Parts: sequence; C-alpha cells; structure tokens
Amino acid sequence: MSRIPWVPETTEPLPRVGESEGLLTWAASVDHKQIGIMYFIAALSFFCIGGLEALLMRIQLSRPDNNFIDPELFNQLFTMHGTTMVFLVIMPFLIGLGVYLIPLMIGARDMAFPRLNALSFWVVVFGGLLLYYPFITQSGATDVGWFAYTPLSEKPYSLNNGPTYWALALLCTGIGSVASGINNIITIITLRAPGMTMRRIPLFVWLLLVTSFLLAFAIPILNAGLVTLLLDRILEANFFAPSSGGSAILWQNVFWGFGHPEVYILVLPAFAIICEVIPVFSRQPIFGYGFMVGSAIAIGLLAFGVWGHHMFAVGLGVPFNTYFSLASMLIAVPTGVKIFTWIATMWGGKIYFATAMMFATAFVIEFVIGGLSGVAFAAAPLTWQLTDSYFVVAHIHYVLFGGSMFAIFAGIYYWFPKWTGRMLSERIGKCHFWLMLIGFNLTFLFQHMVGLLGMPRRVYTYPDLPSWNWLNLLSTIGACVLGFSVLIFIFNIFFSLRKGKIAGNNPWNAWTLEWLAASPPPVHNFDEVPRIHSARPLWDLAHPDMPDEPESFNTGVTR
Amino acid sequence: MNIEKNKLLMMFFLASESMFFIVLILTYAYYRSTAAVGFESTGGPTALTSLNPIRTGIFTLILILSSFTVWLGVKSLKSKRHSMLCFWLFITIVLGALFLYGQGTEWWGMIKQDITISRDLFGTTFYTLTGFHGFHVTVGLIMLLILFGLALAGDFRGPKSAGIESISLYWHFVDVVWIVVYSVIYLWAVL
Repeated sequence: MSRIPWVPETTEPLPRVGESEGLLTWAASVDHKQIGIMYFIAALSFFCIGGLEALLMRIQLSRPDNNFIDPELFNQLFTMHGTTMVFLVIMPFLIGLGVYLIPLMIGARDMAFPRLNALSFWVVVFGGLLLYYPFITQSGATDVGWFAYTPLSEKPYSLNNGPTYWALALLCTGIGSVASGINNIITIITLRAPGMTMRRIPLFVWLLLVTSFLLAFAIPILNAGLVTLLLDRILEANFFAPSSGGSAILWQNVFWGFGHPEVYILVLPAFAIICEVIPVFSRQPIFGYGFMVGSAIAIGLLAFGVWGHHMFAVGLGVPFNTYFSLASMLIAVPTGVKIFTWIATMWGGKIYFATAMMFATAFVIEFVIGGLSGVAFAAAPLTWQLTDSYFVVAHIHYVLFGGSMFAIFAGIYYWFPKWTGRMLSERIGKCHFWLMLIGFNLTFLFQHMVGLLGMPRRVYTYPDLPSWNWLNLLSTIGACVLGFSVLIFIFNIFFSLRKGKIAGNNPWNAWTLEWLAASPPPVHNFDEVPRIHSARPLWDLAHPDMPDEPESFNTGVTR
Repeated sequence: MNIEKNKLLMMFFLASESMFFIVLILTYAYYRSTAAVGFESTGGPTALTSLNPIRTGIFTLILILSSFTVWLGVKSLKSKRHSMLCFWLFITIVLGALFLYGQGTEWWGMIKQDITISRDLFGTTFYTLTGFHGFHVTVGLIMLLILFGLALAGDFRGPKSAGIESISLYWHFVDVVWIVVYSVIYLWAVL
C-alpha cells in the first residue's frame, strides 16, 4: 500500500522574493550594492534639504537689515544646515561609496557582515528623521550650532527639545558609523581575493581602511559626550553646568576630541576617490602608492592630537596653544605629500578631461585653497583675530564643499556607469561642473574678505557697513548659481537613467577590480575573480605580455 | 588572516567601546582632581564618605571570579565537555547577577541618603560611570543567558564556537573595565 501524504504536494511555486519585487527588496536588502545606493539616495535627499536651508540663509543675508527670516529660525537653519551636511550628507555619501565599492574592489561577494551593514544604514536614516522631527513640532529644531557648545545647549539655556533630539540623532548616526567602520575593517582584512595582498589593494580601499579606524575610535568619543549631555538635559546631571561646578570647556574638549578626527573622516574618503580618478584619466598609475598610504596613516594618527586648535579662543594657555599650533601645522606635511603625489601622477600623463576628472582637478585646487587657510588657522594669534568670523565659514566650505563634495561629484560621475549601467551625460555634466565651480567660488571666496572685514558668522543680519553689502550680495548670487547647478545635476541623473549611453563593464579603461564586474554588477558581483598579481589587475588581464611588477610598491610601471 | 571574523568583530567593537569608557573615566578623574570644582570643595558627599570599598571590593572579586569561570567554560568547549560548559556558563551568570545585585543595593542605599545623579558632580560622575558599566554587565548577562539556553538545547558541542568565544571576550572586557573603574572611584578615594 503506497503511503498517502497527509499534506498534498502543492502545484503553486513558492512565493519568490526576487529582484523584481519592488520596494520591499530594497528595505529588506542586505546586499552591499543596494545598501550603497540607498546611502546615496538618502544623502542626496538630505543634501537638497541642507542646501535649501543654506539658500534661505543666503537670501536673508543678501542685503543689510533684512527681515526675510526671523532670528530664531535663522539659528535653527544654520544649526540644521551644519549638522545635516556633516552627518547626513557627506558621511553617508562616503560611507555608502565604501560599502558599494570595497567588496567589488577587493573581489568579495559582500561585506563581512551584511546584516550589520543594513543596520548601520537604517540607524543613520532613523537618526536623520530624529534630527528633523522637532522641526515639524512646535518646539522647533535645535538652534545651538552644530557643535552645541555648553552651557548654551544645557537645559536652562535651551528649554526646547531640539538639542535633545539633536543628541539622540547623532547618537544613532554615531552607532551606525561605528558599525560600518568596524565592518569595513574586517571586510578588508578577511575577504580579499586570492593574491590581493595589502600592497595590492586599490588606494581607495587603503584610505577607507584608515577612515574606518577613525570611525571606530573617534565616534565613541562623541557618543560619550552625547550621553553625558543627554544626562544633563534629561536627568539634570551636572557635567557641563557651571552653576553646579561642571565645566563647559570639558564639552569642547570632548566634542573636538571627536571633531578633529571627524574632519579626516570627511576628507580621507574624498582623497580616496581622487586617488582612483586621477590615475585613470591621466593614463598613468599613481605616482607614489606607498607615500599615499603612509601619509594617510600619518594623518589618521595626527588627527587625534590636534583638537585644541578649535579652542584657541578659549585661552588654554601658552604651552597648550604652542603644542596644538605645531601639531596642526605638522598635518600639512602628509597632506602636502598627497597633493604633490596627485600632481606628479598627472604630470606627463595623457589627461582626458571627462567630467569626473574636471571635478577631481578642481578638487585639488579648491582643497589647496582651503588647506592654506587651514594652515594659517593653526597659528593661534590668527585664530584669535578671525575666530567666529566669515573667514572660518569660507575655510570650512573650501575644505568640505570644494574638498569633500567636489570629490564626491567626481566619484559619482566616475562610478555612476558601474552603479546603473548607463553613463551620466557628459554634456550636462560639464554644464553642471562649470556652474558649480563658478557658483561655489562666488559664494565662498568673498566670504574670506567679509570675514577679514569683521563680519561675525551666525548672525541673522548685519548693519549697512562699507563693502559688507555687495560682498554679501555676491555671495548670495553665488549660492543661487550653486543651487541651480545642483538642479542640473539631479536632472542629469534622471535624464541619464533613461537616456544615458550604455556603459559596458569598463567605460573608462580603468584598472581596479570593480570594472571587471558587469554594470550594474549581478548580486554575486563576479562570476570568477582572477588571481591578483599586482595593484592593477585589469591592466594585467588586458596586457598579459607586459604585466605590472608583482611586488613593486609603486604599482611598478615603467614610465 | 586565520582569525575568525566574528571574534575579530568583537575585538574591534571592544576597542571602540574602550574609547567610550576612557572619556567617561577621564571625566570622572578630571572632576575628582580639579581643586576648584573637586568633590571635597563643595562639602557634599564624596567617594570617601559615601562608598564602602571593602563591600564593593568583595563584589569586584565576584566579577573577577566570573571572568575566570567563563574562561573555564571556553576551555570545556574546546575539550568538548558539553555539560561542563553548561555548568560554567550557569556559574558565570549567577556571579554576574550577584555583582549586579551588589551594585543595585549600593545605588539604593545611596539614593536613600539623597545622593542622586543630579545632586552634585560626584553623584553625576559616579552614577554615569558605574551606570554605563552596569548596563554593559546587564547586556553581557542577557547574551550569556541566550548562550546558556542554546547550550541547554544542545548547541555548542565544540571544539569551536564563535558565539561563546566572542561573548567571553566581551565578558573579560567588562571585567577589565570594572577593575579600572573600581581603582579610579573606590581605591583612589581611600588612598
């Protein structure tokens, strides 16, 4: 007697959770490529919000004694603009780039911990929503500046809930950042393809590795500061309350103890992008691989010892001021090594100015301007003169916009074909580039001057003083051009997603492993990863008759 | 690299956590040592007047002992003695819970004397530092309970388990942090 099954065999196929299931596959995804794309979408959305906040401020400042925005809203706007751009735009963009590209560049299937990766992303998004939640409630968003100096951010001075949400939001993004930092480190250590030694991984991966160490060791400092601030605000603890013996300066030490490494968290991945773009479009390998790695590690280590240069105005005393001045100037050395390495890479190369390369070249120039004003700031007396003026605003935008954001745009133009399978339109891209370059310099170059003339930052309006008037107007016009260029960029994305040229696997003739995969890469990334013999595996594949020297630290190409 | 990736994750996580604790410990030390705002100058409660280093010392020994028992647990795992693993996990949980009990009663006694987190800087820094440590002990206990439950259900036959080994690393870390915290708060008070 044949056994009759109690449950009959079903003829319906199992419900398939495939690639075509729409939004749910994205929300539930643990694939590093989908998470990377979601990072970009989130960062781009917050970039538009943060940019809008900046535009509103610039409109208010376009002429003296303006009443477009009231002072309370203005305080909220500059606080939210700074926090958004640092924690919800540049960091997610750069971390997302790392998440998307690191596994591809080292020939791995995914990150070491895919679910942790998804957690990092969603925690960051949740943090962003927490930050913006009080904006839509009656209490208003945080208005104490993006570094929330105590005692202003303490309960007696800021009774609204904004700073509380600010601290909770940054705690969330902080936890996400630590997790993705550690995830990156372990991915790079354990999942490299056969033959890919640490001397053969792309410079992008090396610099992201250094950044990840900064994430893992600098963000907890902020987290500790945030929980103590929260205890002060919620449980009436006394950490930063001078009235009960607490020290307001302690907050500054903790915040900048995190804040200076954070500067390099924001800019080392930008360097990483430039290290990939410049060699490919100069048709030469990077000039000094070892120098690039060594200087990145030097920057990473020095970053922890220079926080005091944000506090010269506090009055730390001559010994501390001297130490922090000298240590900060020292960072110019490894940074200079990088600048010269890029220039030497371009030197004598066959430079092809695709939009990505234009952004990369502009990055080098704008970053040098920002870097020079930065070195100047390392001298304590100059800081005393210029602290809290628009000169500081100009400096930070030259390093974070002219630096990080230009590099991010270079990266987007460079890797967009890999992410989507289509090229971004070069014609619209060049339009975007020139408008952005002009708009950016128009906005911020003149802020150096208005700062030297004594205009303080973070004031909602100013009296009609000589030159302040037209300098601010120029700045506002520049900001509008900048905003318009972003619109063109967004149009370019939507246009190219539909009508862009089909890219193929390797449209730029690049040499790193991500260009071996299909565009966009399949879920498993590679059908087969070749054994790696040098830092330029695709060069070796294309030129089997003259491969790179295997153990040459300088990627070994005869010039 | 031969090292197991989950253990590596735990190591980097703990290294990252130590930065968090270093800031809290430095904050305590800063307020403890700065004469102008130091605890003594306010005339309020101090570590010397309101804490009992001997009683807490005993609970410290209990926590150190639990680090030892979890190490014995990992050893039993390596030699595939499953019932011994369950036993040592259980003892570790009991010792960890005892430590938490000690800390809870200490807090309760102090709160009854009106020494709270908002009273003054000593209260603020003391409760924050011991509180975040206690939170980590609690999280560790929850993870150990999960491991213990899984072990009773038949998991962890050895000789290797990333879970057991990582959580034991975590438990050692919590122990080491407490030794520092005990030294800074309790021993520094009587020295």
